[in-house]
Amino acid sequence: MVKKTIHEINSKIRDGSVNVVTAEEMVHIVGELGAEGAAKEVDVVTTGTFGAMCSSGVWLNFGHSEPPIKMQKVFLNDVEAYTGVAAVDAFIGATQVSETLGMDYGGAHVIEDLIRGKSVHLHATSHGTDCYPRKVLDTTLSLNDMNQAIMINPRNAYQKYNAATNSTRSTVHTYMGSLLPSFGNVTYSGAGVLSPLSNDPDYMTIGTGTRIFLGGAQGYIVGEGTQHSSGGGFGTLMVQGDLKNMSTDYIRAANFTGYGTSLYVGMGVPIPILNEQIAQATAVSDAGVTTQILDYGIPSRDRPAIRDVTYEELRSGFVDINGKEVPTSSLSSFKKSRTIANELKDWITRGEFFVSMPVERLPKDVSAKPMKQTEGIAVVSDIMAVSVVTINKDASVYDAAKIIQDTSFNHLPVLNDDKTLAGIITAWDIAKAVSLNKFDLVEDIMTRKVITANADEQVAVVARRLDLNEVSAMPVLNKDRHIIGMITSDDISKLYARRS
Amino acid sequence: MKIKISISSDILTKPIMAEAILETGVLLNISQAHFDRSHGEVIADVESGKFDVMCKALTNKGAVVTKLNIPIKWDENECVECGACVSVCPTKVFSIAEDFSLDVDDTKCIQCGTCVDMCPHNALSLGNNK
Repeated sequence: MVKKTIHEINSKIRDGSVNVVTAEEMVHIVGELGAEGAAKEVDVVTTGTFGAMCSSGVWLNFGHSEPPIKMQKVFLNDVEAYTGVAAVDAFIGATQVSETLGMDYGGAHVIEDLIRGKSVHLHATSHGTDCYPRKVLDTTLSLNDMNQAIMINPRNAYQKYNAATNSTRSTVHTYMGSLLPSFGNVTYSGAGVLSPLSNDPDYMTIGTGTRIFLGGAQGYIVGEGTQHSSGGGFGTLMVQGDLKNMSTDYIRAANFTGYGTSLYVGMGVPIPILNEQIAQATAVSDAGVTTQILDYGIPSRDRPAIRDVTYEELRSGFVDINGKEVPTSSLSSFKKSRTIANELKDWITRGEFFVSMPVERLPKDVSAKPMKQTEGIAVVSDIMAVSVVTINKDASVYDAAKIIQDTSFNHLPVLNDDKTLAGIITAWDIAKAVSLNKFDLVEDIMTRKVITANADEQVAVVARRLDLNEVSAMPVLNKDRHIIGMITSDDISKLYARRS
Repeated sequence: MKIKISISSDILTKPIMAEAILETGVLLNISQAHFDRSHGEVIADVESGKFDVMCKALTNKGAVVTKLNIPIKWDENECVECGACVSVCPTKVFSIAEDFSLDVDDTKCIQCGTCVDMCPHNALSLGNNK
């Protein structure tokens, strides 16, 4: 039995005799010496991770202006920050995007610019009070001008994360990157063997108050992160650190095409090896961390799981999906994760960083709940029109024009002889045919590539499909591709108008 | 050699590339084509020695031909070596080395731009066709 205390380890750090290894090195040490031997030999194991952590941001205190203002809206370089706390405090969140530049620039970029020493433009408004009379304020500030700039990330360092793929026939752009059609690629995130929480899944030493490496500075674990779901192995951490001491080597703004901005955060957590159980836990390898590949082509909270996969297989460059070798991409940087684990190791070895015991343990065996929704989720069949006027593909353009006139339907689904959908024709198609002096069959002028919906799809999903394809109506089909209704942008607007 | 053939809307429906190929006997290997209401754009490979002949034939038919001699540009200062680009590249320009660094072999690049959209750090750009 090995039993060490934090005080003993910190004394060794002080006198320079401490033995620190990274979690990658520890795999081999436990393999050679066993957990007990490794626990005797090693005092601290360092972990590291560097990846997109959307749930990140910084609390800023700007100091008081003359005359003073109680800010109610705050923009930093046109990115809104939350200021519903006191007068001159604001939280700039990584994923808030610029009012003017949209997804190209966001809170993450403001944070990176501040670390780089750049000045940012502050615009604030207020309604004015007796004690805070000022209503508008504009100034430029750099990090040194702020009283505090404290990074507080509500949810970082996921123990592990789902890998992503896409079963559908078109590319989807997600926070997991571009996912190519028909299982064209798999993306994943997380440091596997170096992941902080995967090296201490029972939270024996990681908890509230643990001193950590955050963004190149010393920071602390506040406690469990939001959506902490330790039961399923998806624990998270809420962390804090002083932005003024951070470096752009370890904090970087990112843009995910079609999704928006995020912040790459570098974090390392030291694990003091107090006994062999802790040593054993830090021996976890990429092969020992299993996650799921989910189908991000399905826009649902419950994305279908395609298969289980280990980080070892993900990192090999290919995974097998239905007998096909699918290339993988990491979104987090393993090289940087390794740099962080080594940097933290150097800090401890040089006597600049001391380990700590948590003042409170992280909750175990809890799970994150889905949202309680009181309004019910509208599906297409709730709002689609069921009386649909159609036309046969062999009808004349004149017939189509007449039907549109008589019924005031703008979109006529065109049917094959077996009543399956062949195309769609609109008043616009007819106008175009007339302008070209082309009065043949409906079949010749109809749009063949029809955007369609199913009756059980969620309205929000279908509304986005209308938007993306720039159409205003879609036939609703059953499994046999027979038309059972129509859904239009008007139907959808009415639904949302009723609710607001 | 990679070239971009830009075709304006008024000649969009004419088979000018087929005509140019038949006329010159020079082959074009088309790697990408994009057409919409306003214009058409085709990216193709042509043998370097035969570029002038092909360029002349296409230009005579109203197309604008640009040489694409700068492959994907990699900004190592912005890159964090995550490897997001690896799985989307159709020609395996990117790979992860033994030490988890990113290797970029731009001679394989067909300038499709898929990696440009994928890169979370704006570290990849196309010099002359995007």
